[in-house]
Amino acid sequence: MNFINIFNQQVVPVSSIPLLNYNSFFETICLLVENHPERHCVLYFGYKENISIHLICCIADDNEHNIKVTSSVINENSVLHSLTVVNLSFEKFEREIHENFKVNYSDHPWLKPVRYAEDRADKSKTIANYPFYSIDSEELHEVGVGPVHAGIIEPGHFRFVCNGEQILHLEIQLGYQHRGVEQLFLEKTKLIQRTILAESIAGDSVIGHTSAFAFLMESLSGLMPDRELLFSRTLAQELERIAIHTGDLSAICTDVAYQLGSSVFGRLRTPVINFFQEWCGNRLSKGLIRTGYNPFPFNRALADRLNTILDAFEPDFIEMNSELAKLPSSLSRFERTGMLSNEQLLSIGTVGMSARMNALNRDIRVSHPYGLYNEFKHEPVIKHHGDVYSRVQIRKQEVIQSISYIRQLLSQIPHSQALPQPQPQPSILKPDSFAISLTEGWRGEICHGCVTNETGEMLIYKIKDPSFHNWLALALAVRNNEISDFPVCNKSFDLSYCGHDL
Amino acid sequence: MLKTLKILYHQGKQYIPDLRNATVPGIFRGRPEITSEKIDEKALAEVCPTNAITTDPVTIDLGKCTFCGECSRLFPGKIHFTTDYKLSANERNRLIIHEGITSSIKLNPDLIRKEIQKLFRGSLKLRQVSAGGDNSTELELNACGNVNFDIGRYGIEFVASPRHADGIVITGPVSKNMAVPLELTYKATPSPRIIILAGTDAISGGIFEGGPAIDRSFIEQNHIDLYVPGNPVHPLTFINGVVDLLGITS
Repeated sequence: MNFINIFNQQVVPVSSIPLLNYNSFFETICLLVENHPERHCVLYFGYKENISIHLICCIADDNEHNIKVTSSVINENSVLHSLTVVNLSFEKFEREIHENFKVNYSDHPWLKPVRYAEDRADKSKTIANYPFYSIDSEELHEVGVGPVHAGIIEPGHFRFVCNGEQILHLEIQLGYQHRGVEQLFLEKTKLIQRTILAESIAGDSVIGHTSAFAFLMESLSGLMPDRELLFSRTLAQELERIAIHTGDLSAICTDVAYQLGSSVFGRLRTPVINFFQEWCGNRLSKGLIRTGYNPFPFNRALADRLNTILDAFEPDFIEMNSELAKLPSSLSRFERTGMLSNEQLLSIGTVGMSARMNALNRDIRVSHPYGLYNEFKHEPVIKHHGDVYSRVQIRKQEVIQSISYIRQLLSQIPHSQALPQPQPQPSILKPDSFAISLTEGWRGEICHGCVTNETGEMLIYKIKDPSFHNWLALALAVRNNEISDFPVCNKSFDLSYCGHDL
Repeated sequence: MLKTLKILYHQGKQYIPDLRNATVPGIFRGRPEITSEKIDEKALAEVCPTNAITTDPVTIDLGKCTFCGECSRLFPGKIHFTTDYKLSANERNRLIIHEGITSSIKLNPDLIRKEIQKLFRGSLKLRQVSAGGDNSTELELNACGNVNFDIGRYGIEFVASPRHADGIVITGPVSKNMAVPLELTYKATPSPRIIILAGTDAISGGIFEGGPAIDRSFIEQNHIDLYVPGNPVHPLTFINGVVDLLGITS
């Protein structure tokens, strides 16, 4: 076998991962992904070992519910064949490996910087001199937007090539938010420090990222999360989905100048995030997810409170959505705007709700279940038009679905100790090991991976936010649209800058 | 039209009438209080992820605190987080909470520049710059303008261009890659202008303090008019801080 099969959150010795020469590594991956739409790469990264670079590639199989892992060792300054030529979804991974280690790909279409990481190999490349694609024509013009945008939003630079009002091409340059998160995971050795880092990867996906981190640490330190922990994380994940989806619907309404929708969805989000505060003291749920224990065990009183909140939330949410779906002025902005085909989504490796908007069924809750998700018969919400309207509809239906899951969870709250358990010492991780942890945040698949050395210290901590691939989906979606539709397209994806830049 | 009115009616009253004295629901971690209980101070300082706690005497620096609550969980008799959300200060050392102090944090009136209250009390336009922010404080700053908090009632508003602004609100620890855009945004704001740091990451760097990809030189070189702690900042913390800075009393 040229690869091993592992499960989500399973720990394996690094030595059990087949180590191939680059050519057979390349061929193995090609064979795995070619003509297999049910498989996609969830993580592909390199890390330094002395003077060589160790590559690990993880391909998730949604039908077999496992992850196929293979590896290779190459030298710095190697010139390699690019997997991007075979499968476009490797484009970003290979650019990252090139940026970090100076590995060159002879046939990669564009080896542009990904995030101008602090420890990048070529420091002569700076964020101020990004090589934008441009078209020479007197008919066309370019529009540059950012890095600082016209709202309370994170920075990134958008460069449009336009023909009059029409967008021909959009290139998105990121990296402004790079804080060196992956590097800090190695430098900060206390568990609480790493937990705070995980909470700060993307502040709108605190549960998604921190759960992925906590599950990974528990796996690597041999802790079995009890039912109460799984319950709280599952509940919190669905609650986060409701909160952010509702907030996004508000922002989408703002971008089509529909004041009523904007205000109503905006205020509907408030009781949901306030509930997080009642539960754990923080509106965006920072402080709730901890490795090995739950500092805020769920109880009957919280359940009653949440039931009351959801009972009040649901009818108002449905009423506002049905009005929005009948409004010609909003429908004309949503329908056939920012469209992507299923083939496009598949080719670039889109994940999460951005994949599900056009029949690409990718949902970790079904394909690689964790927490209590294997107890729901979860059926992902799938849409078939790939436009802004599909993304609006997915949000609406996922919110309603999450409410039903939460009601189901609340009917059987597991018993927990009255007092939080003292924190175990999971700072000692299994040596020479590798594990991967996948969760389904509201944007989509969140992936954390870790390799430890012979003393159980982290050799590398790797994070992939769903935005890593989905930014390209946005860039392709706006082609041939009017530039004035860009804001609503952008908001309908609502991708993370800091989650991408790390 | 009738449907719209029906929806409006269904919303009921959503705004918070008194933003100055509103209570926050639940167990919000706001201003901490430190008792004189004798504990192993070294062990206490050790649990803090960002070295916000000093020993002998015990203090907590809210400019560094990520409000994770780890200290009060492990030393519940020593440290207790109250629901007091008025955490803003215009002087960095006012964010340091000392043993036995149970009074609220207040702005130092002598340090508020005269032109701020003279020019901006009736109308303050702010430009937000996220410089490595994780989008949590950004979400809460957006929430300041929603129908619940409605910061607009004080004439305070976030605007789309630094040219329209009277000051900037910085979130995030200031990544190296954002250092130049931050400086440019500030320079594009007409004088007199104010600088507000929103969130622990902005005030000290938080968990990213001293990190390799961070550049704090802009913060160090410029006068900061308001520090608003939080992780993320609670809308009430931000609104009350700015309103106090402007000297609005009603």
